Amino acid sequence: MKFRGKIIDIACLNHFTRVITTISKLTKTCVLRLTPDNLFFVLSEKVANGGVSMWCELSEANFFDEYQMEGVSSEDNEICLEVTPENLSRALKTVQNAKSVKVKLTKKHCPCLTVAAELPTLSSSSRVVTHDVPVDVIPRRLWHEFKEPNMPDFDVSIYLPPLKTIKNVVDRMKNLSNFLVLEANLSGEMNLKIETDLVSVTTHFKDLGNPPWGEDASQAPSQSRDPEAMVQARVDIRKLQQFLMGQQVNPSKAMCNIVHERVVHLILLHEDVSLQYFIPAVA
Amino acid sequence: MLLAPVANSDMLDTTSTTTSTTTWQFGRSSGVLDRAAKPLEGLYACANSTSVARRNPEVVVFRSAFLQNISIDTMPLLTQSQADDEEYVLVASLDNARNLSNILKAITFKDHAIFSATPNGLKVTVEDSKCMQANAFIQAEIFQEFTIKEDLVGFQVNLTVLLDCLNIFGGSTVPGVSTALRMCYKGYGYPLTLFLEEGGVVTVCKINTQEPEEPIDFEFCSSNVTNKVILLSESLKEAFSELDMTSEVLQITMSPNQPYFRLSTFGNSGNAHYDYPKDSDMMELFKCTKTQTNRYKMSLLKPSTKALALSCKVSVRTDSRGFLSLQYLVRNDDGQICFVEYYCCPDEEVEEE
Repeated sequence: MKFRGKIIDIACLNHFTRVITTISKLTKTCVLRLTPDNLFFVLSEKVANGGVSMWCELSEANFFDEYQMEGVSSEDNEICLEVTPENLSRALKTVQNAKSVKVKLTKKHCPCLTVAAELPTLSSSSRVVTHDVPVDVIPRRLWHEFKEPNMPDFDVSIYLPPLKTIKNVVDRMKNLSNFLVLEANLSGEMNLKIETDLVSVTTHFKDLGNPPWGEDASQAPSQSRDPEAMVQARVDIRKLQQFLMGQQVNPSKAMCNIVHERVVHLILLHEDVSLQYFIPAVA
Repeated sequence: MLLAPVANSDMLDTTSTTTSTTTWQFGRSSGVLDRAAKPLEGLYACANSTSVARRNPEVVVFRSAFLQNISIDTMPLLTQSQADDEEYVLVASLDNARNLSNILKAITFKDHAIFSATPNGLKVTVEDSKCMQANAFIQAEIFQEFTIKEDLVGFQVNLTVLLDCLNIFGGSTVPGVSTALRMCYKGYGYPLTLFLEEGGVVTVCKINTQEPEEPIDFEFCSSNVTNKVILLSESLKEAFSELDMTSEVLQITMSPNQPYFRLSTFGNSGNAHYDYPKDSDMMELFKCTKTQTNRYKMSLLKPSTKALALSCKVSVRTDSRGFLSLQYLVRNDDGQICFVEYYCCPDEEVEEE
């Protein structure tokens, strides 16, 4: 089991740090899955904990100048680690001006992801700063828990308005209520609603557009659906706020799929990164 | 209607005569205005000529048309129709909701706010412990549209909720980005409905209203005012920011002789006095007839600093009973003028001299 990656390009380093920071805002711990081509950050919470799940996919080639990994075995060429993204993010934030950063899996007194940064120096001797971030190696028998979640058979899929706008609205609604109803239809309309004893607030977004999902993907919403009919899910407002708060990456596409009264599936796409976030609906 | 319009409703009456016993008359006898009347008239003219409506009429027409149409075209869900629009007893529109939210922030220290609207404008009252009262006045002219079908419309809402609604889009301070507001009320038993729009996104809020309580009448008459000073707010801001908050009371001394105008605190680390000479540049008016020393609970006065922070001038008055009146002149984003007023009872423990 071996892993070693090296980032030289400063833009890649910044970007990688932003992605990790985003993830650290979403969850305290998650699973880092390393494959020969990709890095995955996975969270699959149990329903008891609110049941939020996350799937973030990065292509190694877009971040690392050098990338070597050797999995548990040749047929299971993967490594699964439980990490605290906050620690990783903190380590990376301090080395933003480094000439190069190496990330490798090491065995110190416990398994660690070691972040070794070579800092610029005026003298001939090099300065290297090393952070050891403890991790847990996840045995192969548990791997099945960290597979890519299936795309839910959603009723409506819609593009999200600018995340900053939704964030402002959700932040205010959070002051007023604990739950929020997210509803959308196939005519590009989306509403955020709260209702309490004191007040009812509805924010209407329109002309958002509905993403075209290929026919073959078998995800195409049933043709029979009335384009005006709203599909809705009531969610814990903090879960949505957490998702919006963490957004450091300005996504090129942001989408939302809703399974009526079951789940809200949020997808952010940014050239080389994709982030999926599932929030279960509550009754 | 439980509201007592006696002294309060005509506070907003800009044309009321000097013989009226109200404590606040715009452009007339008492308060900030008698000394400041002339500059204020100038400001009014200035505010009117540069108001958004005149500068950019198309925008306003477009926006208000937009907001009016919400209920008809784009929101069948709301089951509102144009006919409903006629049912409203109160409709008030603003191109910039911040002009309302900012001034309401200055009086947000309790959740319950009593709204009383008259054809002259809107008065919002918040009270604490029956010992202090804050009023915000927003004249009808501040609104781009202000339609009222009754002489007096009164209701009570939760102010914190209202402020969250008014700032639903984040209350952006970026120039050119503002939230348009249309506020409607159908009458007793109906919610206060807000339509807010920013960048094509519309939010509809329905805030449940409550039975309006009767605001306390502090019987603060200009004829009973013994001492009065008008200060530029910055001078008082400085003093208030340095006040020793460990002191339970703020003692205000006003006198025709030295120390003229003195603020004193008695805290853990000793006593402190802030003196203002009567001929200071900061002192716009000094009219004290009798030496008066009164103490006011710091906890009651603390909220008034919110209004102070927004204001440009403040009038400090005390009457023969030692009641304190603070009147703040607040200029909004568009240069228009609103008023915030605080009344506070003196602390009982003060020993008679």
